[in-house]
Amino acid sequence: MLADTHIVCSDCHIGKVSNAVDMSERGDTIIIKSGVYTESLIEIDKPLTIIGENFPKIVAKGGEKIFHIIGDSVTITGLEFMEVKRSFIEDRAAINIQGGNYISIINNRFTNTFFGIYIAKSTGTKIIDNRLISNNKKEMNSANAIHAWSSKKLLIKNNYVEGHRDGLYFEFCDNSIIKNNHSYRNLRYGLHFMFSDNNKYKNNIFEENGAGVAVMYSHHIEMYKNQFLNNWGQSSYGLLLKEIKDSKIHYNLFKGNTKGIYGESAIRINIVHNDFVQNGWAMQMMGSSEQDTISHNNFIRNTFNVSTNQNAKNYNVYEKNYWSDYTGYDLDKDGIGDVPHRPVKFFSQVLGYTPEAIILLRSFFIELLNFIENIVPVLTPENLKDLQPLVKQIDNDTISKHI
Amino acid sequence: MLKILKYSFYDLLRSKWTLIYFLFFLMITQGLLYITGDEAKTIVGLLNVVVILCPLIATVFGTVNFYNSREFTELLLAQPLKRRDIFIGQYLGMTLSLSIGYFLGVLIPFVIHSFTYSVDYTVLSILLFVGVFLTFIFSALSFLISLITDNKIKGFGLSILTWLLLALVYDGMQLFILSMLDNYPLEKISLVMTFLNPIDLSRVLLMLKLDISALLGYTGAVFNKFFGSSFGFALSLSALLIWTVVPVYFINRISMKKDF
Repeated sequence: MLADTHIVCSDCHIGKVSNAVDMSERGDTIIIKSGVYTESLIEIDKPLTIIGENFPKIVAKGGEKIFHIIGDSVTITGLEFMEVKRSFIEDRAAINIQGGNYISIINNRFTNTFFGIYIAKSTGTKIIDNRLISNNKKEMNSANAIHAWSSKKLLIKNNYVEGHRDGLYFEFCDNSIIKNNHSYRNLRYGLHFMFSDNNKYKNNIFEENGAGVAVMYSHHIEMYKNQFLNNWGQSSYGLLLKEIKDSKIHYNLFKGNTKGIYGESAIRINIVHNDFVQNGWAMQMMGSSEQDTISHNNFIRNTFNVSTNQNAKNYNVYEKNYWSDYTGYDLDKDGIGDVPHRPVKFFSQVLGYTPEAIILLRSFFIELLNFIENIVPVLTPENLKDLQPLVKQIDNDTISKHI
Repeated sequence: MLKILKYSFYDLLRSKWTLIYFLFFLMITQGLLYITGDEAKTIVGLLNVVVILCPLIATVFGTVNFYNSREFTELLLAQPLKRRDIFIGQYLGMTLSLSIGYFLGVLIPFVIHSFTYSVDYTVLSILLFVGVFLTFIFSALSFLISLITDNKIKGFGLSILTWLLLALVYDGMQLFILSMLDNYPLEKISLVMTFLNPIDLSRVLLMLKLDISALLGYTGAVFNKFFGSSFGFALSLSALLIWTVVPVYFINRISMKKDF
């Protein structure tokens, strides 16, 4: 039997998307002409291709969820979803994938939807080229743009998400790739990762989100060439690492964040070839973070480079980084400074106890104390130092070109 | 008063100290711009120089100048002139020459720099403005101290001590108090303490323009919200004005009654 094509438009034989879905057999194609369709609760339990021409608008009737996908191999492309209303009882989403595998959601628009795309128990699903824009004001009653739960092998690519609670949310999702996405002005995290292992994220931009990016309770995560920009807020991080193990953070740019990287129980993490530029704190590594390697990074004009809450011993390796405030010299001209650099300043330790003292930042008295502490460490861990600080900045852009 | 102002102004210009002061700032600003090639970095570098050095130079200069021109002052007092004109005129003459030295010394390299690069004039203008204010405040303080104490050494010591207290010891005390009371909400206390010290106030005004991301942590946000508002800025301005006007008022009052 050959697959059929059904055409939906307001004055066609089929006037509603739900009718077309009910009528079609496995493998059929539905083409939706441009127009406004007020519908919701459309259940798809078979392989279908739904194509919108010139972005027909699907407005959620009664604010309920629109597509509910339980079958495999469904493709949805070229639609605009609107006005899925908030609910405190169910997780309403414009596209709700419940158990369907190999779903493709490509080039759609989502305007003011509660959850944009909700993925549960799905394998091999692709979310590509979508724009999800909402204008939520409160974290309490907003939801996530792309929400994935208990899924595998997802590909999330080239999406733009704005104004949701979390831009991208992953819980119990393994072996997935997240790349080239732009997460902008979301209320909580630009990207939120929990209990999700063996994932890669690459070339994403996380900008002006409430608290940046959080990676928690996961292992074997690879983060390459992402940009964490201007994430400001009360508890704001470019990247929050919590209970994360055996991961790689390479070639990223952290610029203008309150805290570039905040690490708590971050273990065996490779932080290599990153640029930290003009952050409040480039890195804050708590005492519970151990066996991390921090090397070949550029630390440029951060107010504080490294701070920690330990004052006795340090269990991480800092080597061969470039520190823009390095004051040593290089007599043998091998590119490595002859004097070790101590990136933790006395004052950043003081701020750990008394945050209000920030008002004394750059005071002559504080600079004096920093200087004394630098010579005779009391509050800062004695062995936290870069024994081979680089004299020249590393050109990470060139190095990472082939990646 | 204008005549006396003019006289002491030209006198200082002739003594070359103003010129040296001007050249010092010219060199340090030009040097920083040359080495860093970046105006933001230069302003960070200048911050501590301005906030510490402007008061120090104004203090030392004010005291030395006052004691040196004492004989001239006594000569003037014998003339039919108002005392207010004599003292305020001398004060303004000295302060203006110092301020102009500082102002041009910092401004000229930036103007030259602006031919080839873009310069953020808000931060620069705050830097210039703060330096001039500090010069006015600390020369007034040193003038006042010299007026009260006839003993040169004692007056000099007291002036330096005042500078030391405000520039260094005050911050130490503030840090001590803050860390002693760290179980309490301290935003207001630290705000008030900052307002009471012109050096701290100047530093914070500049710092807020320079280290915004660090300051937008929770506590920083509180300060930034306050100083960033036009109300906060107006309040800072009036605090600096009070610091200038009050010593000048006392110079005037004490000079009226003082027996020379």
